[in-house]
Amino acid sequence: MATRIATVQRPKRDLEVQIYLWEVWKGLGVTFRHLFVNMGRHVLRSLGLGRVPGAVTIQYPEDPAMLGRRARTRHRLLKRADGSPRCTACLLCETICPAKCIRITAEDSPDVMVEKRAKTFDIDIGMCVFCGYCVEACPVDAIHMDSNEVEICSYTRKDMIWNIQELLGDKKKTPSAHPAPTHAASAPPKP
Amino acid sequence: MTADRIFTAVKVALALAFGMNIAGLLGWVERKQSAVMQDRIGANRASIFGLRLIGLFHPIADALKMMTKEDFVPKNANRLLHAAAPMIALGFGLLCLAALPFGGTVTVAGRLWSLQPIESSVGLLFVLAMLSLGVHGVVMAGYASGSNYGLLGGLRGAAQMISYEVCLASTLAAAAFLYGTLDLQQMVRWQGHSLGGWLPAWGIFLQPLGFVLFLTAGAAETKRAPFDVPEGESEIVGYHVEYSGMKFGMFLISDFIESIVIAGLIATIYLGGWQVPWVTTLDGISGGILMLISFTVKVLLVLFLLMQIRWTLPRFRFDQVLDLGWKNILPLALFNFLATVWAVYLWGGR
Ligand code: SF4
Ligand code: SF4
Repeated sequence: MATRIATVQRPKRDLEVQIYLWEVWKGLGVTFRHLFVNMGRHVLRSLGLGRVPGAVTIQYPEDPAMLGRRARTRHRLLKRADGSPRCTACLLCETICPAKCIRITAEDSPDVMVEKRAKTFDIDIGMCVFCGYCVEACPVDAIHMDSNEVEICSYTRKDMIWNIQELLGDKKKTPSAHPAPTHAASAPPKP
Repeated sequence: MTADRIFTAVKVALALAFGMNIAGLLGWVERKQSAVMQDRIGANRASIFGLRLIGLFHPIADALKMMTKEDFVPKNANRLLHAAAPMIALGFGLLCLAALPFGGTVTVAGRLWSLQPIESSVGLLFVLAMLSLGVHGVVMAGYASGSNYGLLGGLRGAAQMISYEVCLASTLAAAAFLYGTLDLQQMVRWQGHSLGGWLPAWGIFLQPLGFVLFLTAGAAETKRAPFDVPEGESEIVGYHVEYSGMKFGMFLISDFIESIVIAGLIATIYLGGWQVPWVTTLDGISGGILMLISFTVKVLLVLFLLMQIRWTLPRFRFDQVLDLGWKNILPLALFNFLATVWAVYLWGGR
């Protein structure tokens, strides 16, 4: 295999650069240009004349966060056409999960063609590392990570566990209220 | 007599208020200007009753935060010097402000009023002396903290500020020789005539090299980027590592005050002070107000330029700072002085 050689020119350090003042002016030119262009855009926009924003900042809680189309977000369980969960409780996702945060208990399904279904299906999102392995492992395409929900938080660790109804979207997750901070609560748990 | 004293005291108080308010405003300008030139928005969340006013309340929030923070003194610090250092740094900076000629003299109600707080025939020396005394705050802070990082920062600060004071003084020597006075007020008056009938005889046109040198040395004197080796808050921590709460805030404000002093000196010596170009007679109340506005606008413009430089250039290494001062600016300043002396000898100063 031929070796490719790239020649990188060393930056010049002639008198013009050494004097530095001219370089300072060039730098100031760049920053002044940005300053005045952005300032003009801000002013035009606040007067309702221009549409180009003066800054790239997203004012996050007010403006929605921009997620990539393939971003992995909070899990959701999918349903069949008849409304029953697609999951067949094969435990492949529970097995592959590197964070060990999926807990499934299986039961007989009334549908003989399906044989098994999940009785409980809990994901502890607080422990999930959002690797997406569970989605890839599922043979029946029952679990997706495309809810576009990233603002998952709660006051207790227990509230981070989502059960099957919540994952299916049948029930809205209702977080418990902020517990009054007590000294006992902040103490480390007894072994 | 008593009325004069009271008037002087009022003027000094107003000069200090001018400094403190502009320093507070600079806290906002610093954030916003850097943000806009970096395509960001900048701090805009502080609100009073939902009113945000493009972040103008942030300086107030800053002050509240500083005042309510814990005032921590390290165990092996010298408590007295530790407390005195920020006051020295800030106090001498503020004193400089009181000697700046904010305006000339106006006749109101049949009486002559001078708008300069402290009138002195050696005002320039006074300002330089007070600026140098401010160095003690920096060194003292480093020394009294009982921390090696602080001490090293203080030493860097002392080396830098003393070097650049030499540059400042030798640059100003040329200007003082040209104007033939050390009185800041007289300097401004001297710049009142015009060159060739249309160009105001400002220092920047007669001393262009001196202006550039003074701007550079002045920026170094304020200890702000690109000359922020004494503080280097992002990695090589500086003389105020061991400070918290309002004492730290005083160091921050003293930086701003020093910038204002430098900007005021540049406006006075190189930009014609309170002179309004092409207006020769300023008198009465309206004239006085015009003088004050003219001076303030010039100071703010220089501060704007200093702020832009601060957010454009990366920090010099310590040896580069000293090289620049001793090997470049000082010889150029001496050359500038000699050239001025020759020019005045040949063409005659006024
Ligand atoms: S994304 Fe990864 S860590 Fe999270 S539940 Fe799925 S397999 Fe487990
Ligand atoms: S891999 Fe799919 S079908 Fe199997 S238990 Fe997980 S979600 Fe259910």
